[in-house]
Amino acid sequence: MPDKQAVRPGYNFAFLDEQTKKEIRRRILKAVAVPGYQVPFASRELPIAQGWGTGGLQLTLALVGPGDVVKVIDQGSDDVVNAVNIRRLLLQTTGVKTTEDTGAATLIQTRHRIPEERLREEQALVFQVPYPEPLRRVEPSEVKTREMHAEADYSRLWVFLYEDIVRWREITIGAQYPVLVNGRYVMDPSPIPRWDIPKLHMAANLNLFGAGREKRIYAVPPYTRVEPLAFEDHQFRVESFDGKHCAVCGSTASFLDELIDDHTGARRHTCSDVAYCAKRHQLLSENGPGAGRQTGNETGGGA
Amino acid sequence: MGYVPVKGGREAIEAAEDLVRYFRVRGGSAPLAAQQIQDQMRLAVDRVMGEGGLYAPFHAAVALKQAEGDTVEASFVLRAYRSTLPRMGYSTVTDTREMTVIRRVSAAFKDVPGGQVLGPTRDYSLRLLNLELAEEDSRQIEAFLARYRPRPDGGERPRSFPKVVDMLRAEGLLAEYATKPEPDVIPDLTRQPLTFPASRPVRLQSMARSETGGLMTLAYSSMRGYGNVHPTLGELRVGYVPVSVPHRHRAGSTVAIGRVLVTEAEIIARMDETEAKTSPRFTLGYGLCFGHNEIKAISTAVLDRTMQNAAGAAPAEDEEFVLYHADGIEASGFTAHWKLPHYVTFQSVLDRLRRMQDLAGEEKTQGEDTDDAG
Repeated sequence: MPDKQAVRPGYNFAFLDEQTKKEIRRRILKAVAVPGYQVPFASRELPIAQGWGTGGLQLTLALVGPGDVVKVIDQGSDDVVNAVNIRRLLLQTTGVKTTEDTGAATLIQTRHRIPEERLREEQALVFQVPYPEPLRRVEPSEVKTREMHAEADYSRLWVFLYEDIVRWREITIGAQYPVLVNGRYVMDPSPIPRWDIPKLHMAANLNLFGAGREKRIYAVPPYTRVEPLAFEDHQFRVESFDGKHCAVCGSTASFLDELIDDHTGARRHTCSDVAYCAKRHQLLSENGPGAGRQTGNETGGGA
Repeated sequence: MGYVPVKGGREAIEAAEDLVRYFRVRGGSAPLAAQQIQDQMRLAVDRVMGEGGLYAPFHAAVALKQAEGDTVEASFVLRAYRSTLPRMGYSTVTDTREMTVIRRVSAAFKDVPGGQVLGPTRDYSLRLLNLELAEEDSRQIEAFLARYRPRPDGGERPRSFPKVVDMLRAEGLLAEYATKPEPDVIPDLTRQPLTFPASRPVRLQSMARSETGGLMTLAYSSMRGYGNVHPTLGELRVGYVPVSVPHRHRAGSTVAIGRVLVTEAEIIARMDETEAKTSPRFTLGYGLCFGHNEIKAISTAVLDRTMQNAAGAAPAEDEEFVLYHADGIEASGFTAHWKLPHYVTFQSVLDRLRRMQDLAGEEKTQGEDTDDAG
């Protein structure tokens, strides 16, 4: 349901002043020109706390125009409070149209997920990023990590992954799995599940990443190679939902949330991407069971 | 559906906003006027202006009311408001020698030119809980104001004071900075990204907006022994400095647009023998912040000095450590963000943990098989 809220008087369109938007757009252009490279910018404070999506939001505010249709999701859902809150700020400072339909949006801001529905060339996906630096796991100093990127010296990260396998027989990184972009920069894809990583590879849409607190912008332009770090004899693997399906729409090709029933304690699974689930559910109820079969339109890593 | 994780959207948010308001006013007492906060919560207002990075006492007072007295939250509100304001221009350099001092002390010399000015300080008050304040009414305040006169010698105080560090400088005891930034190329941290190594102006700007408690903790760690800086407070002053901007039409002339209350601290520390290229000298640590906030100015000055240590072995000597972690708005926002749902990431971690347990189980079974065979 699109929120209907009045635009607050006294604020510039999209909250930020025009000088700031210009600065952010310039940084975005640089980020697009150097895929995976973290471009520093003078992040502004927003009326939403840092750590709650201010990086993504600044990109969205700098890009949004009166003709855009915006979708905001958090953990795959449009109506969790944080997504509602961010959408509320957008509505109150721009008055643009919003949607929950992934296909209908021109600009999508997300936290921790990539929609299951495949995005198109004319769409842009904006990620909220808590830790832009993929090397932070192995090196706390920013001066040193920037040097390591400049020299494409990722040996310590490779050793980290190798030691993980030696110790645990498996790479233990859950979400936020490091990727190599365009064969050059190792990049933090934000805390999306591994499930979503294959969707970044050669994606048709523009992917933009904003870290407000850490003051970095980076991008994966359309049709860019994005490869998760892996070894020849130890392949990258997405989350396993073997034998499980969504309790609402029956999908076996989407990332599932694990739910525990209040009363029985039984575990059920439902799609994390709520809009995708609702669309499938509606198709099923309108056209019978055959309509909801997986069409191959999904790009989930499990497919 | 039995389980709806943090959903409910707009209604829930609006209900929470109503509850916040209800908790603030449910006592039924008279509403606080922003002017009262501005006058009587002077130090809180100053702190919020400093950490919010906006010299606006009235707005800071309103922010404090909105935040129910939480200075970090109030600074955040003020800083977010600041993001909507375009940068109109830059002031000319303010010489703090021109400060109209309300307080000025030096710990380095017993007698300093101009003298020590204790000013409005609690330093030598007994911190006995003053229950009489609970009964204070406007009649008493009026009576006090009628009776109160500034001390007779107050009027004869010099308008400006020479700086203690200038005396050391004149004797050649103070190491000078190799390069002084030109006023028109001083970077603006609010418009340019923080990168490392950070220049000294950037460090000082960053600390001017940092959270008082954060700076104090880091500075205190150095004073206690994590680091090797032994500061002496050369001078601490609190007072009003004029703010001027270049004249729009007449090149070279300036227009005074007002004055701001600031606290300035200068600490003196001996340079390490290894650092001194020539004879031993003193070095200066400098701190300046909006309003009356002595702990913050002193902490800033100490950290300005610790970050000049080349070794950088202690946290307070590492500029990344200090500047990345002392900003109250960044730190509080991120600390609070753990309240956001993380169930997708958690699901992903859960998947890894189950996989590792399976692998460990396999290993154990294999191990037992081997034992049986042996």
